[in-house]
Amino acid sequence: MMFNNFLVMLQNRWPEIMIGTWEHIQLTLVALFIGNLIALPLGILLTRKRNLAEAVIGITSVFQTIPSLALLGFMIPFFGIGFGPAIVALSIYALLPILRNTYTGILGVNQAVVDAGTGMGMTSRQVLFMIEIPLALPIIMAGIRTATVMVIGVATLAALVGAGGLGDIIFRGIAMARQDLILAGAIPAALLSMIFDYILKRIEIAVQP
Amino acid sequence: MIIFKNVSKIYNDDFHAVDTIDLHIKEGEFIALIGPSGSGKSTTMKMINRLIEATSGTILIHGQDIGDQDPVLLRRNIGYVIQHIGLLPHMTIGKNIALVPNLKKWDKARCDKRVDELLEMVGLPAKEYKNRFPAELSGGQQQRVGVIRALAGDPPIVLMDEPFSALDPISREQLQDELLNLQTKIRKTIVFVTHDIDEAIKLADRIGIMQDGKLIQFDTPEQILRHPVNEFVRTFFGADRMNQVESLPTIEEVMIRPISSFPKRGLAESLIKMRKYKIDSLLVIDRNEIFLGVAGVGEIQKNFSNETMVLEDVMKKEVPTVRLSQQLDDAINLISENQVAFLPVLDESSKLKGLITRASLVDVMASQLRSNNNGVASFGGEGS
Ligand SMILES: Nc1ncnc2c1ncn2[C@@H]1O[C@H](COP(=O)(O)OP(=O)(O)OP(=O)(O)O)[C@@H](O)[C@H]1O
Ligand SMILES: [Mg+2]
Repeated sequence: MMFNNFLVMLQNRWPEIMIGTWEHIQLTLVALFIGNLIALPLGILLTRKRNLAEAVIGITSVFQTIPSLALLGFMIPFFGIGFGPAIVALSIYALLPILRNTYTGILGVNQAVVDAGTGMGMTSRQVLFMIEIPLALPIIMAGIRTATVMVIGVATLAALVGAGGLGDIIFRGIAMARQDLILAGAIPAALLSMIFDYILKRIEIAVQP
Repeated sequence: MIIFKNVSKIYNDDFHAVDTIDLHIKEGEFIALIGPSGSGKSTTMKMINRLIEATSGTILIHGQDIGDQDPVLLRRNIGYVIQHIGLLPHMTIGKNIALVPNLKKWDKARCDKRVDELLEMVGLPAKEYKNRFPAELSGGQQQRVGVIRALAGDPPIVLMDEPFSALDPISREQLQDELLNLQTKIRKTIVFVTHDIDEAIKLADRIGIMQDGKLIQFDTPEQILRHPVNEFVRTFFGADRMNQVESLPTIEEVMIRPISSFPKRGLAESLIKMRKYKIDSLLVIDRNEIFLGVAGVGEIQKNFSNETMVLEDVMKKEVPTVRLSQQLDDAINLISENQVAFLPVLDESSKLKGLITRASLVDVMASQLRSNNNGVASFGGEGS
């Protein structure tokens, strides 16, 4: 009976769910893209300027400790509401795991191998692209996976600043005290998270040196 | 070929990791650098390919100051083998070996040919090993690949930093032999850092001994063993090893009393004397004990029917002899070179003093071995 009602609701709201999911995916991908764009080069740069590393990673960890709701709210005075501020906040979240794993991953590459490369006449760029990044890739990928799962979760809150996504459906469900509606938002979010995680895991295995 | 002029490496303003080194390495020479941990061996070596920049002084390769050269290009012409092998774990053996040729932008066919040729050279069939990953090789095989990878770009100079120290003793010996073998074919200028004195002596044309950043002696193994510049070198090369050389007994200790006779003695008389002492030759001397020759039982019997003949007529005058002042080494060499059973020992005025026979040598050597096994001293007790 209840299950039937749920199915009927799904049918009625199907377009809404699809839109929410699509927005959610957009939020996630754009935030991850920006997060990677900043964190990967920054992480690499920090391995070359290690005295800066502690400070920079420290600052990004501080951002991470700000409750996601607060961070999103914080964006409004600066960026207004909508897609933009949500992306800024989500990107900041994506930053830390990627940055930290890139940094530690590259530092963790066997020094003997790096020495051998340099000693054989590789430029530092060749050492980076032919040795350090390939060998650190599994760890970097693990950081990206962590970031992805996190961003998909936090993105549900993006609805609060008017950025849409599956959070819209969930918050409506809360406001109307309708559990089926909450589930209609939460289940796709969970599925998204699992699917992304699975895909990235496959990629991670594929790039294993 | 490689010349160090007053080269120093100073860390933190006052720590001399390498202290005003002068070094002249000839083309095709195999140099070993040896010394205690922290004495600056690796630093000295790494300054050659500018992995470490000298603080002062100049290093010349082929007469050119390496400080003026692009370090990356410099390194592509200097092979480099490190202790921890340093094969790139994510690349196949073939790709690892072809690394420098690829950096030098050789065409693919040439790279492939080179890889196959090098693998065959160290007894790893290319078909089987080329497409494997380093983790699929034993430690010894990996280090073989490490060595040939350093040779791939055909560099005139090869640097090796304790390349075999992580291997078990058997593989180590094997790789040392292979390297020696290889070197006779390729004649590279090799700088080889090691902790192992036996390894240095076995491989190197000349050995540089380092202590506290200084090069305290640079010479052939033979000269260092015979003439260590100071107590440190003496002890570093191992007291037992030195004893082994010094305690080789003198000729005087080894020689036995000769059975001699005079030139005018008859043949029958001589045969009786030989039978009595159970010997096959008589040493012939004059009244002043001057050595004249050797009369063997063969010659005596051949001429026995001729009653007028005396020892003088049948003795051989051209026989190898050894001086009392010579080393036992020399006596051993003479015996084996001339394929003789014994050597008369003469003093400065050619007086016969004694006799060294194969049997007397064996006796002495055997008793030496016995005392070495019982005593504290033993052969090659370094075991690093
Ligand atoms: N970057 C550095 N800063 C300060 N001191 C250094 C540095 N690199 C090396 N040293 C010091 O320089 C000295 C020589 O080092 P080196 O690596 O050449 O020694 P080594 O003879 O190769 O020793 P080992 O046999 O242990 O490899 C050591 O005392 C070492 O601690
Ligand atoms: Mg060293």
